[in-house]
Amino acid sequence: MGIAAASESRVARAFAPLRARGQAGLVPFLPAGYPDLATTQSCLLAAQRAGATVIEVGIPFSDPIADGPVIQQAFAHALQQRIRLADIFAAIGEIRSQLTVPVMAMVTYSIVYRIGLERFAEQAREAGLSGVILPDVPPPEAQDICHRFWESGLDTTLLIAPTTSPQRRGEIADLCSGFIYYLSVSGITGERTALPADLASNLKQIRQLTDKPLAVGFGISTAAHVRQLRGHADAAIVGSAIVRRMRDAAQKNAVISDVVESYCQELAEGGREA
Amino acid sequence: MSSTASQPVLSQVPDALGHFGPYGGTFVPETLVFALRQLTDEYQRAKADPAFQQEFDFYLREYVGRPSRLYHARRLSEHLGGAKIYLKREDLNHTGAHKINNAIGQALLTKRMGKKRVIAETGAGQHGVATATVAALFDLECDVYMGAEDVRRQALNVFRMRLMNARVVEVHSGLKTLKDALNEALRDWMGSVENTHYIIGSVAGPHPFPMMVRDFQACIGRETRQQCLEAEQRLPDAVIACVGGGSNAAGIFYPFIDDTSVRLIGVEPGGRSARLGDHAATLTYGQPGVLHGALSYVLQDEDGQTADVHSVSAGLDYPGVGPEHAYWKDSKRVEYTTVTDEEALEAFEMLARTEGIIPALESAHAIAKVARLAPQMGKDKVIVVNLSGRGDKDCQEVARLLENARG
Repeated sequence: MGIAAASESRVARAFAPLRARGQAGLVPFLPAGYPDLATTQSCLLAAQRAGATVIEVGIPFSDPIADGPVIQQAFAHALQQRIRLADIFAAIGEIRSQLTVPVMAMVTYSIVYRIGLERFAEQAREAGLSGVILPDVPPPEAQDICHRFWESGLDTTLLIAPTTSPQRRGEIADLCSGFIYYLSVSGITGERTALPADLASNLKQIRQLTDKPLAVGFGISTAAHVRQLRGHADAAIVGSAIVRRMRDAAQKNAVISDVVESYCQELAEGGREA
Repeated sequence: MSSTASQPVLSQVPDALGHFGPYGGTFVPETLVFALRQLTDEYQRAKADPAFQQEFDFYLREYVGRPSRLYHARRLSEHLGGAKIYLKREDLNHTGAHKINNAIGQALLTKRMGKKRVIAETGAGQHGVATATVAALFDLECDVYMGAEDVRRQALNVFRMRLMNARVVEVHSGLKTLKDALNEALRDWMGSVENTHYIIGSVAGPHPFPMMVRDFQACIGRETRQQCLEAEQRLPDAVIACVGGGSNAAGIFYPFIDDTSVRLIGVEPGGRSARLGDHAATLTYGQPGVLHGALSYVLQDEDGQTADVHSVSAGLDYPGVGPEHAYWKDSKRVEYTTVTDEEALEAFEMLARTEGIIPALESAHAIAKVARLAPQMGKDKVIVVNLSGRGDKDCQEVARLLENARG
């Protein structure tokens, strides 16, 4: 337990001011290598300027079972360009001195296992990453895996679903040294028109279990959604809605990072205003 | 990885968390954990419930037509000039393959859980047909995910599924084959877990699927063991089965695991060559990795991206394999070998000509291994091969391939 207590965590520190001010932060998701690594670099900096709390970089995978069509297509595109893990780490490493916001890798355990957990962690740390979000490592498998990441100096974030039992919610919270990722709905990533009715009661229940930063993802796409989370969660995670705008910008030959920046600003504003 | 030093009894796996030695486990999004726990609990209760076992046995006997025959293939044995060859006739089951055994078992569980809808993935279409069949039989709503490439290759099975009122959903992602169908079925399940059961067709996937599917298929091996004792007054010298995901092999091997005198041989699809992308021989050429919810052997590149695979047989075209096979491989209890597309096609024709039996292309891989092995064994030796399915579904594709090769 003591290896990566939340107070030492760079990720947890980034969230600290939000709760005091009653604000909801923003965790934008950027698929690495989409449409190329230079864009990933410019979008990371754009999201930082727009006021992101933490930035989530999605490591492309051939079989992303938790992702809807928008993110699937972005990953497939990156893999078709033969963008490799080493290239992604190198690209983030190049701009690490300009990144003040913590960056976490959303990565399937398939990739971590193949590279080797300690080797993966070392390369991620050298690139300046602060932690990993593990979408397919539930407890009890997560127990050993999270400890090994902590020993390697990375924060871990696991997911809690609406279907997760109260007892498991506590177990999962214990294994999150970064923030806790609450899935607003059962299902896959993608935009949805409204947030589910039971969201506030679920968030309240988790907040009773733990003080750790709590972020909500899946189906969030408007400033109004982010605003609704104020007082219930510490941040909104937005993925597909950003990636869709990146895709549209690429098709119109617009500057992708400008589109990401203005959209993130709009979302971040939703979490701040009264 | 292979430190299974003091594993006493190989058949006493998995543990409560679904681990077969270092393999197996549950690597899935948290959303699915609830359904997997519910399924594990329900399966344990059903296993201990005589009424469930009676109902399962009833449908296997009266609907599927079990026990399937263990047939002495005289002409094939003479033709090969060595060991005495028996065929375990899973091709004679209702719907034409072993897949129905597991589909019946899981449909009964679905009813027990009070769920009204089932989904499935399918490659060659045999598991899809089996699922559509039990959905009709037990009045369940049914969606079958199938790669667009397989929809083309297996038009007959697509028609059969639709005839039985299943919806066949064409999957256009990836290589448009079995792996991609499985991804899409998992995505469906993530959003439908509360009213839907996912009938996985192989001994792959997260716990409890590898254990449960093996148990439902183990009737194949139990019958074979008894039938062989009756016919030969002894156990066979070797049992051979093809391995894609590995369900027919697990079903026939498992009851023989503790009979160490019996050689167990799994035959993987060697495809066109040993080059990555040209085959789907996961245990032979792959290495440990995580795919579709479990740690097992996988075919992937150095970055952990799943590799493209190829086999002439749509049912073996899968870059993973059940975790228990990985465990059996490392412990050396089962030997795994490969057969090429060409050898499988030759065996397909050979069985048709010598016995009047057209095997599925999957099962033809096992027959091809028999063709290599039997001549090296004495006439007093006994080989059993699992004829896991019949070849009607493959006739069009084989006709096309033979025409190309000979035309």
